[in-house]
Amino acid sequence: MTTPLPKPKRKDPVKRTRKPTMPPGNRSREAQGLASMAARGRFALQTCADCGAVQYPPRQICRECLSGDLHWKDVDNGGTLLAETTLQHSNDLFFRDRLPWRLGVVRSDLDLSMVVHLAEDCVPGERVRLSIGLDRAGNAVMAARPEKPSSGEEDDLQLREMTFDPKNRRALIVDGKTELGLGFAKALLKRDARAIFVGVAQPWKASPYLDEIRKLEKVTIYDLDVTDTDSVEELAATIGDKVEIMINNSYHLRPGGLMDRFDINVAHDEMEIHYHGLMRLAGLFGPVMRSRGADGQHGAVAWLNVLSAYAMVNNPELGTYSASQAAALSLSQCLRAEMTHGGVRVVNAFLGPIEDEWHQLALPPKLDPIVTADRIIKGLERGQEDIPIGAVAEEIIERLSENPKEIERAIRL
Amino acid sequence: MAKRQGYEGVAVCVPVTVPYTRYSIKSAHWFCGRALAGLIKGAGIDKNEVDGMCVSSFTLAPDTAVGLTQHLGMSPRWLDHIPMGGASGGVALRRATRAIQAGDADIIACIGADTNHVDTFRQTVATFSQFANDAVYPYGSGGPNSSFAFLTDHYMTEFGAEREDFGRVCLAQRQNALPVAHAMMKRPLSMDEYLNARLIAEPLRLFDCVMPCAGAEAFLVMSIDRAKSLGLDYVEVMATIERHNAFPEDPVQYRAGWAVDVEDFYGQAGLGPEDIDLMQAYDDYPVICFMQIEDLGFCGKGDAARFVRERDLTAECGDFPFNTSGGQLSTGQAGAGGGYIGVVETLRQLTDQVQGHQVENARHGLAAFFGMINYDRGLCTSAIILKRADA
Repeated sequence: MTTPLPKPKRKDPVKRTRKPTMPPGNRSREAQGLASMAARGRFALQTCADCGAVQYPPRQICRECLSGDLHWKDVDNGGTLLAETTLQHSNDLFFRDRLPWRLGVVRSDLDLSMVVHLAEDCVPGERVRLSIGLDRAGNAVMAARPEKPSSGEEDDLQLREMTFDPKNRRALIVDGKTELGLGFAKALLKRDARAIFVGVAQPWKASPYLDEIRKLEKVTIYDLDVTDTDSVEELAATIGDKVEIMINNSYHLRPGGLMDRFDINVAHDEMEIHYHGLMRLAGLFGPVMRSRGADGQHGAVAWLNVLSAYAMVNNPELGTYSASQAAALSLSQCLRAEMTHGGVRVVNAFLGPIEDEWHQLALPPKLDPIVTADRIIKGLERGQEDIPIGAVAEEIIERLSENPKEIERAIRL
Repeated sequence: MAKRQGYEGVAVCVPVTVPYTRYSIKSAHWFCGRALAGLIKGAGIDKNEVDGMCVSSFTLAPDTAVGLTQHLGMSPRWLDHIPMGGASGGVALRRATRAIQAGDADIIACIGADTNHVDTFRQTVATFSQFANDAVYPYGSGGPNSSFAFLTDHYMTEFGAEREDFGRVCLAQRQNALPVAHAMMKRPLSMDEYLNARLIAEPLRLFDCVMPCAGAEAFLVMSIDRAKSLGLDYVEVMATIERHNAFPEDPVQYRAGWAVDVEDFYGQAGLGPEDIDLMQAYDDYPVICFMQIEDLGFCGKGDAARFVRERDLTAECGDFPFNTSGGQLSTGQAGAGGGYIGVVETLRQLTDQVQGHQVENARHGLAAFFGMINYDRGLCTSAIILKRADA
């Protein structure tokens, strides 16, 4: 059984906040392929196109037939724990800060031996379940848990370094008064978040979802307008040092294309909210979060952007909206690079059309906002870096990797 | 397989150790250079007479043996650089022997040397190999400690060895090291100290782990005629083997290349394990000593624990003199120098030039080598049998 996560103690204000350190990040180009599998929560390994042999560690040449044609394919993730150790000494600062550290050698069912980060409740000789996670530096690592999932396994302190489980953590939901915002609040509460801060712009505008949020426990509502630098700065000064998970749920959609709806003001608002809004949040909350990447039980861990799947390819019916989402996606990659120094991971959720007033004319399938929020938080809990939600988002990703020109011409999702 | 030619006519001589220090501000070039100086002084020859060189070092970068020739002002006609870590010494001897037989060189200096600056060890393990960078070092960054913790844990589970069994090896080696001047460890080790030492990587504790240090080990290879004309004490080569990435299908390493080649090995020498008077084994962690004792036929697989319980491993009075200068566990691990100790100490024992205890009436010495945990196991193995010149 996993030791239950201790309740975070009040932070001693006299104590120095530890400087963030990163796990070793030196990886070959081949090994970065694992990161792209981990980003999507897949368990995939290089597989030889010619002879089918599965490879690990990653490489460029098949170890069986010397073919140079290796592809990432989803494979079985079962294995047996053959050897273990608990390190009391490490050559690296990141691990020195976190000793003891448990490791194992797992023989996977594909006859590959893998060095893994080992969950506390794995037993030598017994079956385990492998997964590829991303460590605090954003690099792919193998982890093993007992074959049968147990309740409370997400409490494993060591593996918690590779996920963003909201338990005992404090989150800020930006633009919380949408139905999606309500969904986030509920999903976080369900997973025992410690506190939920909800940022709300234009407080004079009533929202039935905000009324419902007010009834939830552990929730505090704050004024937050991402188009107003002063507003963001004020809130960052108030709660910036308490935010451990940032959920940037900024959302401003007005249907229409470029020439078909030539409206600079709408486009300006979209950029102001999605792009400059992210920039203001990042510029004012980012540095505090980054400096708190190793703050023990109070460490900042993740920055989640809720983006549209049309950030990846423009949907002409939502032309300027898609463009503003693409701008936000690009900026999120910059944010990811800068946040890496603090070990705070940037996560993007890609949503297909959701069931709301602005998607009235979008064709089904459309996503239920409450269910969507729950699935996004689940992805966060698992430590994913990209969280596609719904068939539309999945299909866009698949078609983009297959033929980006095809989807650009034919997109009508 | 083609019939192998013998190693007749070749002499191994002039054992040199550049004294070890825990840390040094000197470079690997310095240690190589001092080793070469020791070799020519010991042989009473001029530097220019050394026309072959073989070097192993982790810390010579960005140089290799090539850069070293200019650094040391040599013009060899035979040059080798063996990057096999702990397996280097046996392989160096093997290749140098053939070069001498073929007439490609007259006198070959074989040198294993490394420096150890304050942060050298961490840098070495952090950039050891592509597989280690990608799939081992990011897992706790324990370096060889974690790799050998896995091998030890697995061995103990599989064969029922106890910590005391490994302790016996460490204690005996410590006793062997006590008279050796350059040994890092100067005090006797008790079983109690061994068992209760600080935990490093379970099940490994402090005295299971070598201490990285700076230093060099070196020897010369030449024809017997040349050695005689120089008036040098020498040993002859009876058998050599090397093997890389043996048993890749084993889930966790519990045997290595020696087991593949053991029959060929003793066949070359016309001897059996019972004819071996002393053994030097690669010993960065005691579990690997067990594997060498087993794979080289001194006992069955999994039986090494019983074997070391029944035998006395000390050089002074043991019936199985083992790592007779204390091995790396007691003298320290001078990087690739650790891969040459086996040759140098066997040579000392069989030419009566010991620094510690002399094993009496020893005629045949076996040295085994192991190196390069590229990912989850050591890939390189070698072994040699040397015989006393008058035997």
